[in-house]
Amino acid sequence: MINLTFARVTLLAAVAAMTGCDQPVSQDDDILTVYSGRKEHLVKPLFERFTADTGIEVRYITDGEGPILARLKAEGEQSPADVLITVDAGNLWHAAEENLLQPIESNVLEMNVPEHLQDPNNLWFGLSQRARVMVYNTERTSPQELTTYEALADEQWHGRLCLRTAKKVYNQSLVATLIEAHGYEDTKKIVEGWVRNLAADPFSNDTQAMQAVAAGACDVTLVNTYYFGRLENESPELPLAIFYPNQGEGERGIHVNVSGAGILKYAPKPELALQFIEWLSQDEAQYMFAELNQEFPVNPNVPASDQVRAWGDFVADDVNLRVAGQRQAEAIRLMDEAGYQ
Amino acid sequence: MHVWSRWAIRLPSVAIALLVAAPILTLTFSWVSIDAQLWLHLWETQLPQLVANTLLLLGGVAVGVSLIGVTSAWLVTAYDFPGRRFFELAMLLPLAMPAYVLAFVLLGVTDFGSPLQGWWSSTFGVAQIDVRRPFFVIAVLSLVFYPYVYLLARTAFKLQGLRTMEAARTLGMSPLRSFFTIVLPMSRPAIFAGVSLALMETLADFGAVSVFNYNTLTTAIYKAWSGFYSLQTASQLASLLLLFVALVVIGERLSRKGKYSEQAIPPKRRVLSGGRRLSAVAWCSSIVLVAFILPVVQLLHWGASRIEYFDMNQLSALLGKTFLIGFIAAIASVFVASTAVAARFFANSNGLRFIQSFSGLGYALPGSVLAVGIMLVATQLDHWLGKSLLMGSFIVLILAYVIRFYAVAAGPMDAAASKLKPSVIEAAKLFGLGRLQQWRRVMQPLLMPGTSVALLMVMVDVMKEMPATLLLRPFGWDTLAVKIYEFTSEGDWDLAAIPALILILLSLIPMVYLMRKIEGEET
Repeated sequence: MINLTFARVTLLAAVAAMTGCDQPVSQDDDILTVYSGRKEHLVKPLFERFTADTGIEVRYITDGEGPILARLKAEGEQSPADVLITVDAGNLWHAAEENLLQPIESNVLEMNVPEHLQDPNNLWFGLSQRARVMVYNTERTSPQELTTYEALADEQWHGRLCLRTAKKVYNQSLVATLIEAHGYEDTKKIVEGWVRNLAADPFSNDTQAMQAVAAGACDVTLVNTYYFGRLENESPELPLAIFYPNQGEGERGIHVNVSGAGILKYAPKPELALQFIEWLSQDEAQYMFAELNQEFPVNPNVPASDQVRAWGDFVADDVNLRVAGQRQAEAIRLMDEAGYQ
Repeated sequence: MHVWSRWAIRLPSVAIALLVAAPILTLTFSWVSIDAQLWLHLWETQLPQLVANTLLLLGGVAVGVSLIGVTSAWLVTAYDFPGRRFFELAMLLPLAMPAYVLAFVLLGVTDFGSPLQGWWSSTFGVAQIDVRRPFFVIAVLSLVFYPYVYLLARTAFKLQGLRTMEAARTLGMSPLRSFFTIVLPMSRPAIFAGVSLALMETLADFGAVSVFNYNTLTTAIYKAWSGFYSLQTASQLASLLLLFVALVVIGERLSRKGKYSEQAIPPKRRVLSGGRRLSAVAWCSSIVLVAFILPVVQLLHWGASRIEYFDMNQLSALLGKTFLIGFIAAIASVFVASTAVAARFFANSNGLRFIQSFSGLGYALPGSVLAVGIMLVATQLDHWLGKSLLMGSFIVLILAYVIRFYAVAAGPMDAAASKLKPSVIEAAKLFGLGRLQQWRRVMQPLLMPGTSVALLMVMVDVMKEMPATLLLRPFGWDTLAVKIYEFTSEGDWDLAAIPALILILLSLIPMVYLMRKIEGEET
């Protein structure tokens, strides 16, 4: 049985601790507030470095993109948030579409971030790039057999393809760019072909899909580069390798996406927010931002980490990433119709 | 009694009912406009499959939890076999295991590329098999949720089943036949109550099913929200889900018909021998093994390889905050539940009973849906106040837990209250005690066993809770569940292992108290 006195003492201690931790932040303090769709372990080291460099404290919450955008909408002008950081251009586009962001005038950002990796109205800027590439089983197939995303719909891949679920935004963005390139009907045929060729039901994450390829359940899958990087570090013995598709003469190049940031429309401290995002686009932070998750920096002057460079160079699709957002709903419908779960 | 004081005592019950009603109303209001195109699309491509999947899952889990819960409860109450006393408590251990953790661990050890599959395919020279089948999802959820059935069935068997069965046996009925014709029907209300709890948890589950990419109505709610960015369609899907919940609740209510008298008697156990004894031990130990011990061993294995990733300060902060949130929310929920009991004693009415059972609905809402509803209400109030006070505050987070877990606190409290004899209160009145004194000096001590069970159960549930915590927590209030979400959503299962282990261990603390209490009942 619970001792009541014990309970009371603990409760008192709890309240004391709460009021200690939960003190309202005065608006004058140098504190920047970030809502992040990127996970804590990928952003916290950057926040700490920023604080060390500038003396500006950063407080933050992390959550899924849907909840964060819903929260920002509901909070409206009372929102304490200054900066939104999130993955995937589709999500950034939605934040812009929902009128949550304000335009950023910044020569620093224009210089550091390539045109196709930023919003045309400067509402958000990409900060790291990830490529969605093929990963194949080196014992069961070879780069000679692999060509393009589209070709994975061909008969020769029957029973040899594994894919992550269509519910993941990375696949939605990829299909959105396919629609941009080929139109709805042709893209649907491609996706139907993928579904026909599946060796197993779609997986809930990229790593599981690669494990299935390594185990010989299928020969090839589509993943973001950093998932391959992580698996490569953990299990270097697996018979897996990266293939960059759509690299031939006159082809579009591989699908790249970004994680990025924008300043919120009702940011209480827009100057701090600008300072932070500019800081993120510069050399040291760019390297760190990308290296934390084995991604590619957006800043062309900053090299990727050694491991990432070892995968080789590629030609990237330079379609403006706002397509990923504009066509996201269309892409989901298409995948639903094609039976891609 | 003065009218105002009758109302004052009902006030907390009314307040909690209003708080539960707010998100439900938000859902209902979502129907004011309909995205017809999106619904047509869902109808043509997804909805039939989603409903079929959800029904299959519900049916499967209902069978699964009944099978595991009832058989093991019967074994430990009616028979004696080696390790029975251990199993009697150990069968409860999966309560400390969040469903999403068991899902990723069991899939992790059986999926493509796992050592188990490697061994299987190299030994038998066959291809690795895809384990992500509906059967596996059902098995995982059954293994996590059966303790609800076990706990309630066990009490029912103890209280009335055994003695009646002995009577039937003396009249010449076989043990098996008397179990099916007498014990089972008599214990049906308890078993159904357990099954309905398990089914509500199943309906609300997002984490476990999404590990398997098994699509249910709950995953569709997330998809409508995060894919189509239609919070409105998501809310409409959520209200569809509420229909399923209503079905479960009505089913459970119907099964409650038929009262029986309860009288605890020390059961006379039959000693098992030979093959039966062996199978009883094998059954109980395999469940505890698969649902708890093996997953913990696997988590230890993963965790040990990644321990250098974490720093101890971070982990102890997570642990402290998780515990604190669980504790405060438990106290708050139990406080509300005990005011409900007091209100029934001093100012009962039909209306009061209705709003109290309505308040239990918070438990059936998926955490995410509830969280959004609460967020919308909190931000709306903030707009009225002209100041951002509520959203992201500790108070709202705690209120969210109280709304969600009120039913969990009310269950044991109500059970304890139903055993209070009116004569005791009458006696207190005769001694001239005021109502406050009646409550503090007579009723509160008598309710204490129910109160402590409620406290412990709410605490375990709050510490495992994920979606409401994610959306409503104040800055810096990350809990272990939040950390687990961050890692598992990226497939970093080995990194999730350490916070998961700590969460399980932390949940074991209240669990041990709970088990002690259960053990105490026996003597």
